[in-house]
Amino acid sequence: MEFEFEVQGGDFSNAGQASSRIKKILKQLNVDPKTIKRTVVALYEGEVNIVAHAWKGKIKVDIETEKIKARLSDEGPGIANIDQAMRDGYSTASEEVREMGFGAGMGLSNMKKNSDEMEIHSEVSQGTTVMIVNYL
Amino acid sequence: MAQQKFFHHALKIDKDICIGCTHCMTVCPTEALRIINGKAQLLENRCVDCGECFRACPVSAIRIEEDDFQNIFDYKHRIALFPSVLVSQFPEGLPPEQIYSTLLEVGFTDIFEVEHTADILKEEANKYLKQHKDKKPLISTFCPAIVRLIQVKFPSLTNHLMLLKPPFDTAALYARKQLIDKGIDEKDIGIFYITPCAAKIAAVKSPVGENAHLINGVINMDSIYNKLLASIKSNKDNTCRVPVKNNLSDVGVLWSLTKGESENVGKRSLAIDGIQNVIEFLEKLENEEMPDIDFLELRACDESCAGGVLNVNNRFLTVEKMEERAEQLRSRKQEERDDNPMNNYQNFILENMGLEPVKPRSIDKLDEDMSKAMQKMQQRTKILEQLPGFDCGACGAPSCSALAEDIVNGKASQDSCIFVQALKAYLNIDEQEKAIQMLERIWGKNRIDINLDTLDNNESK
Repeated sequence: MEFEFEVQGGDFSNAGQASSRIKKILKQLNVDPKTIKRTVVALYEGEVNIVAHAWKGKIKVDIETEKIKARLSDEGPGIANIDQAMRDGYSTASEEVREMGFGAGMGLSNMKKNSDEMEIHSEVSQGTTVMIVNYL
Repeated sequence: MAQQKFFHHALKIDKDICIGCTHCMTVCPTEALRIINGKAQLLENRCVDCGECFRACPVSAIRIEEDDFQNIFDYKHRIALFPSVLVSQFPEGLPPEQIYSTLLEVGFTDIFEVEHTADILKEEANKYLKQHKDKKPLISTFCPAIVRLIQVKFPSLTNHLMLLKPPFDTAALYARKQLIDKGIDEKDIGIFYITPCAAKIAAVKSPVGENAHLINGVINMDSIYNKLLASIKSNKDNTCRVPVKNNLSDVGVLWSLTKGESENVGKRSLAIDGIQNVIEFLEKLENEEMPDIDFLELRACDESCAGGVLNVNNRFLTVEKMEERAEQLRSRKQEERDDNPMNNYQNFILENMGLEPVKPRSIDKLDEDMSKAMQKMQQRTKILEQLPGFDCGACGAPSCSALAEDIVNGKASQDSCIFVQALKAYLNIDEQEKAIQMLERIWGKNRIDINLDTLDNNESK
C-alpha cells in the first residue's frame, strides 16, 4: 500500500502531520509497536528536516507485509558533506530554526538509529533524498 | 469476531432507562460505545473505565456498580480504605478527624487513608528514575484509566510505565499485613475501598500488572457520603465520638491532585490532567523522542482525583480544601510528622512495591493478520468515500470512520447510514420499506413508530 504526503518548507506548525498519519495506519495494520515507534520517529525526524532546511518535499511510504519503505525527497539546499551531517550534534540549522527548538543536529543520526537500512543522495542547491527501510 | 473479555467494567448501562441518545457515544475517547436496538452498548475490550460516558448521560442510565454496604459485616475486621479526597467532600467546618470517627461509627473497625504510603513511593519513584534512564520519560501508573488507555491506544508506550504500585495498592497490602501481624486470621479481614471513580473499581476487580486481588469490596464515594453525612447530622453535639489521629503528610494529602506526583518525582516532570489532554500529549510522545523529560503524571479526570466522577463536592472547592489541609499539616512540629504508622512497615512495602510489565492490547488493528488488515483498510477507504463525513452518530457508531470500520468487520451495514438510505430511497421508491427496517434495527421499533405517528398527526392538522 502506498501513501504520499506533501511537506512545506518552513511550516513548523504542521511538522509531524505526515508521520502521525503513518503511525495511525501502522497501528491499524497491526504492526509490532516497537517497529511502529522506530519508523514513526525516523519519519518524524525526516519530516522536520524537510521543514527546517528545504523549500518543499514529499514523503512516500510503501507498506508491504515484510517491510516498510519510505522515500523522503526534497527540493532544497542539499547536503555538501553527508558524513559530517550524519554526526551527532552537527547542524547547519539557522539561528531562527534553533530558537524554535529544532536543529539540535540529531536528525539524520536519529533516522539512522531508527531504521534498518538508510541511504542518502544529495546534490547541493538541488535537494536531498533519504530512503529508509524497516523490516517487519 | 467474538468480543474477547479483557477486564471487569464497573460502568453498567441500564437498558430500561437508556434512551439511546448518543451523548455517551460521542464523548467516549476510545470509541467504545455503539447504539444497537435503541440502547447504548459497551464494547468491553475498548473501554478504559474513564467514566466520561457516566458524566455525559442525560438520564442517568449509566451506573457505577458497587458492593452492598452490608457486605462489610461479613467480616469481623472491617477496614475502610479511602483516598484523601473523601475528607474534602464535606461541608465547611468538619475536620478530617470527624470524618474518620464517623467512618467507625457507621460500621468499620479500622480506617486507613491510602496516601499514607505516598512518602515511601516518592522516594522509591526517584530511585526508579535513576535506575531506568533508558526508559525516559517514565509514566506514572497512578491512574488506572490512563494505564488502560496506554494499553489500548498507545501500545508502543507501555514500556515507559513506571512499574511501581500506586498508594492505593500498597495501602491495601499494609492494612491487611498490620492486622495479620496482630494475630488476626486473614479470613476475618475485609478491606473495602471507597472509590472516587469507575477506573479504581476496574483496577480492584481486574488489576493490570499484578495478580493478587487486594481488596474485598468497593463502595462508591457518593453513597458513603450520604451515609456519613446522615450519621454526622444525627450526632447533635457534633463531637468526635471516636478520636482518631490524623497523621498524613502534606505530600500525601496532595498526591492525588494535579502536580501531586510531578512536583515530587524527577527534575523535569509534567502533570497533565483530562483524558483528551493526555491523548494529545501521548500522540506527540509517540512521534518524537523526549528523553529530556523525566516523569509524566497523567490523570484521566480534570483536576485529577478531585474531579472523580463519583465525588459530590465541586472539584475546585475540593482542591482548595485539600490545599488548606496540606498547609496545616506542613506547619506541624517535626515529632508529629515523624509519627507515621508506615515507619515500621517500610521494608514490607518496598518488597511488595513492584508491578509486572504491562502488556499492550491494541484496539486500533483492523485484523491480526497484516495482509487481511491491508485489504480491510482499502475497503474502508472506499466505504468512507461514500459516507457524508458529518460524524452525526445517527448510524449508532460515533463517527463515519468508526462505521466504516464496523462495516469492514461485518458488524454493521452501509445502509445504517441515514444519508445513504435517503439517497437510495430518493432514487428508488421501493427502498423505503427497507430503509425503515434498517432504522428500526438501530433505533428500536418504538422510536420509529412514535416519530411516524407524530408526523401523521402533523400532516392531518
